Amino acid sequence: MQGYIYPNEFELQWGLLIVLYPYITGLVAGAFILASLERVFNVKEVQPTYRLALLTALAFLLVAPLPLLGHLGHPERSYEIFLTPNRQSAMAMFGFVYAWYLTVVLLLEVWFEYRKDLVLRAQAAHGVRKWFFYSLTLGATDLSDRSLRFDDTAGRVITVIGIPSAFLLHGYVGFIFGSVKANPWWSSVLMPVVFLFSAIVSGIALVLILYLVTSLFRSRPVDMPCVDKLASFLFYAMIIDVSLEMLDFLHRLYESEESIGILSQMISSRLFLSLIVLQLVIGTLVPLVLLGTSSPALRRGGTARGSDELRRVIYLVAAVLVEIGIFSIRWNVVVGGQLFSKSLRGLTVYKVEVLGSEGIAITFALLALPLVILWGLVKVLPPWSEAQARPSH
Amino acid sequence: MALPQQVPRLVVIFAAAIVALVAARSALVPATFGKFGHYRAAAVDSIAVRPVKFAGRQDCEECHDDVGSKRLAGNHRGVGCEVCHGPQAGHVAAPSEVTPPAPRDRSFCARCHAYNSSRPTGFPQIDPETHNSLKPCIACHDPHAPVPPVVPQECGACHGQIARVKALSHHVNLPCVTCHTVDEQHKVNPRAVRPTKPMERAFCGQCHDQAATRVKEAPRIDLATHYQRYLCWQCHYPHYPEVE
Amino acid sequence: MRDEDRAPAAPAPLNRRQFVETALKACGAAAPLLVAVIRIPSAGGQETAGSDEAGYDAASHYYGMGIDIDKCIGCGRCVAACKAENDVPADTYHFNTWVERYVIDSQGEVTVDSPNGGMDGFPPVTSERGIRRSFFVPKICNHCANPPCVQVCPVGATFATRDGVVLIDEQYCIGCRYCIQACPYGARWFHPTKHVAGKCTLCYHRIVRGLVPACVEVCPTGARIFGEVEHPATPLARFMRMNDVQTLKPHLNTRPKVYYANLDGEVR
Repeated sequence: MQGYIYPNEFELQWGLLIVLYPYITGLVAGAFILASLERVFNVKEVQPTYRLALLTALAFLLVAPLPLLGHLGHPERSYEIFLTPNRQSAMAMFGFVYAWYLTVVLLLEVWFEYRKDLVLRAQAAHGVRKWFFYSLTLGATDLSDRSLRFDDTAGRVITVIGIPSAFLLHGYVGFIFGSVKANPWWSSVLMPVVFLFSAIVSGIALVLILYLVTSLFRSRPVDMPCVDKLASFLFYAMIIDVSLEMLDFLHRLYESEESIGILSQMISSRLFLSLIVLQLVIGTLVPLVLLGTSSPALRRGGTARGSDELRRVIYLVAAVLVEIGIFSIRWNVVVGGQLFSKSLRGLTVYKVEVLGSEGIAITFALLALPLVILWGLVKVLPPWSEAQARPSH
Repeated sequence: MALPQQVPRLVVIFAAAIVALVAARSALVPATFGKFGHYRAAAVDSIAVRPVKFAGRQDCEECHDDVGSKRLAGNHRGVGCEVCHGPQAGHVAAPSEVTPPAPRDRSFCARCHAYNSSRPTGFPQIDPETHNSLKPCIACHDPHAPVPPVVPQECGACHGQIARVKALSHHVNLPCVTCHTVDEQHKVNPRAVRPTKPMERAFCGQCHDQAATRVKEAPRIDLATHYQRYLCWQCHYPHYPEVE
Repeated sequence: MRDEDRAPAAPAPLNRRQFVETALKACGAAAPLLVAVIRIPSAGGQETAGSDEAGYDAASHYYGMGIDIDKCIGCGRCVAACKAENDVPADTYHFNTWVERYVIDSQGEVTVDSPNGGMDGFPPVTSERGIRRSFFVPKICNHCANPPCVQVCPVGATFATRDGVVLIDEQYCIGCRYCIQACPYGARWFHPTKHVAGKCTLCYHRIVRGLVPACVEVCPTGARIFGEVEHPATPLARFMRMNDVQTLKPHLNTRPKVYYANLDGEVR
């Protein structure tokens, strides 16, 4: 501890689990928005990743409440958020926004997308598996043209609803922080916007990583125009995200409010590694340079430089660095906001546990769990087929 | 036009979920919730019935009115009984079973009365190391009417910070009464009867004017021209004058 | 041939308008149920109704507190009394009330400390020389009239009573700690074993019985003044009439009800 902090501020209240929650919902929102690029904006090149992005979003969304439940003092009372939500509290919206997004957007979207495959699999299977797939179809086994067109239209409408819903799902998290007037590090109009764009960045990077890695494991060739397009979208999203972060930074420096002293001290001492090194250099500058120099979509004439294999490696490395950088952003916001005292006169420390209910081990487990769920989803709802037929749209 | 199969199935599922939520809500929301605001009104009751640990001085005076009236006439009139005797709601409820402690240790009184420069000026403070360090405080001071056995001669007994600061300054050898006229009543009723302050420049000029003859070593200025609009102490702190 | 025996007509192409109509009908069916979710008054549960304590009318009171900086001697008795009265954890990380010491040197540099919240008093400063001013500032939950902590509680576990005291419902709190983040004054803490939020209750259990809060009871110099904000005849009313009072962080518009007299501009 350094300087003066209020006695009650010694312990940090929101730790690794709360860093993890916006990270996960960010991945969900980002992956969904990537999927919507193909469905609503007809970006044909990223079509091979459409189903994978949906399943990724679903897998991570299923895990998203777990860090919150793990952090609550009384998780067994968490249902109260559905019964008596305080309409003035952004956090109370969590239950409803989450339920809306999970059911009306993601589950419905996945169901409409996969209904035909499920019906076909139910018809081809026997015994328990047959009933399993049949139950997933909810008994809607009609595969007539009209039915399939309904699926397609429904999917498109849901995606259109889903885009603002994804903005809401992650934007409200930014608002939870941005609306706390007591905390000058959090209190900012830009907070929901920065959260959202960094979410989009992390979602695109995640789908890129998963597509490359799963293609590697399945020994299938990678669709290079697809990954080139993903890389260029990642680049554009990062440019917007960095611009917003720089805007926030410059704005703070220019206005030079009372908190600028302690915040500068915090950045140069407590947050140097996580903000300057991890978030800015490793998480933003290096990937921007890597993507900017390698992606053919960003070069004149659209020609690729270097072999396909080299580009895949560069994209993978850049995407992994981006994920580290976005995780650092969440860390810097959540933990950074609690490292300085509201008296503006001192700094405290965050002692991260390794084991324990908010430890590093649990964090890794919660990051691995969605991948396990995704593996299960992929088995039941394969996102890839060699010739993926869909009614024209 | 018949609905596609998907629609009725989905509608049924969503309707069932909403009905379940409504049913759960009516069963699970606490009865008193929302009575006065967005909270469980019964919570206010459960907080209001928590046990009281400090009885309050009125309760003490119901039985101990002799000590109470002695205290109210003396310097500890603002100090409640339980400041020294601790929380005694138990004693009020069962007087013969629970005996209040009475602190005898010097460190107890020193908590308030040991010299600390952050305390407001005029609060009576002593240096516990040098002030009769072998005796318990109550040997000379009745805690219920703590009049000092000998009325302090030095102003520093209460104005400790000023005395200590002045002791480091060039004015160290000037007794307080050099500049302040103090009525004896000030020791009895400090806030009502206050010492005087010099209200003319000529007063400081007795030593500091160029024409002055006292204290040859004192720094000199020309009283007639040196910031003649102001009284000297409006700039210079007399207890620690800055001029080297 | 009956209608039902006829082969079904070729399905009409489903156009966008028909789809939207279908969807809207489905939503229309669901909407009243959705409204019911939010509006239905609850019934059931076996709790006793929140009736007022016999003889105490919460609606006729509106409490606040005054603190006179010029009177605080930094003895820390208030901190100890509060911990004893309210079962606050005895460690150095949880305080309903605490005392800060400010030391302003002759260059204007400010040093603030609060060893164990001031509960054991304060050690002397090292030297008289070079100190411009030094004083103690007791801190407490401000029981704001526009409390940001109440605004952010997701379930309604913290609330302002009709008599102006901000309380926590320990049976209802889910322990999300948003309120602790939202308090600008550092007045809230997290109970290490009950796993709910905690803070100064203004000794609600005492004031409804006509007593004063424990910290006010034990303050030896009368630096803490308890009373009603709007009532003309309480000690707080006189305090506010006779002193220039300020509140902490007024720019945040939390409208605190703890009024400080003789507060230095350096106090946060």
